[in-house]
Amino acid sequence: MNRLLLIIVGLCCSFIASAQDKIEMADVMRSNGKIYTVVAVCLTILTGLFIYVFMIDRKINKLEKEHSIK
Amino acid sequence: MVYKNWWKILSFLLLVYTITAGLLLDVPKLPILNETIRNLYFHVCMWFGMMILFIISFVYSVKYLKDFNYRHDVYATNFAAVGCLFGILGYLTGVLWVNVTWLTDQRQSLGSVLKEPKLIGAAIALLIYGAYFVLRGSFTDIDKRARVSAVYNIFAFAMLFPSIWIIPRIVGSLHPGAPGSDSGNPALDRKDLDGAMRMVFYPAIIGWTLLGVWIATLKIRIDLIKNKNIINE
Repeated sequence: MNRLLLIIVGLCCSFIASAQDKIEMADVMRSNGKIYTVVAVCLTILTGLFIYVFMIDRKINKLEKEHSIK
Repeated sequence: MVYKNWWKILSFLLLVYTITAGLLLDVPKLPILNETIRNLYFHVCMWFGMMILFIISFVYSVKYLKDFNYRHDVYATNFAAVGCLFGILGYLTGVLWVNVTWLTDQRQSLGSVLKEPKLIGAAIALLIYGAYFVLRGSFTDIDKRARVSAVYNIFAFAMLFPSIWIIPRIVGSLHPGAPGSDSGNPALDRKDLDGAMRMVFYPAIIGWTLLGVWIATLKIRIDLIKNKNIINE
């Protein structure tokens, strides 16, 4: 009986110890898939920015043609 | 059109990869850093991009002094300008990162963070480049402006290395690569950076830098249109 108690106490101790050693990462966000929302938001912003820069690029292209540069 | 603009598309694809893989792939689990280790793909890349843009600017300043072609002066200025933009973005993202790692988790005092040599060095470097634009703005004579600012740009580039690479490594820094820590050359050392992270980190550097170069070329082309009468012919 005593031995069983000792084992249980030992297990609890090791659990607590491992919980403290464990390094906190955003695992919850990954497991419930909310991280994909973050990725989608970032990609949307990135795509929007690139489209914007690309449109400026085209506008400058037109200007260059008007001014016959290159 | 695609033939000429392939690197712009490459930049977009690399950055899409950076965000997707950078947020989703596994990273080493380290205390204090936790998930913020992913900032390597964003914050550190700003500084790499800045360095590369400043190197390009430096090369064009040297070229200008060699042949006094006004076009090279325009190139040098605009690459330096976008380099500064990247530097400022690197600084701002660094502030956010400091807040959660050094200040909160590592319990550094605000004083020790403010004494951090790399922060001071980067601030000095950016201010030196800031003075480059002040200097340019103060000339009315175009030739003199181009000539003096090209010489100044070379000086600014020479100051960049001691202030952000050499001094922080000598006097000790909270950044990786400080004396005492065993990381010799963080980010580029094979032993220092996890292999999986390198798979995202290097493409990220290329992607961000190409975006910077793209923005710089847009600014250059506008300047060339504006100064059509002065340049060549």
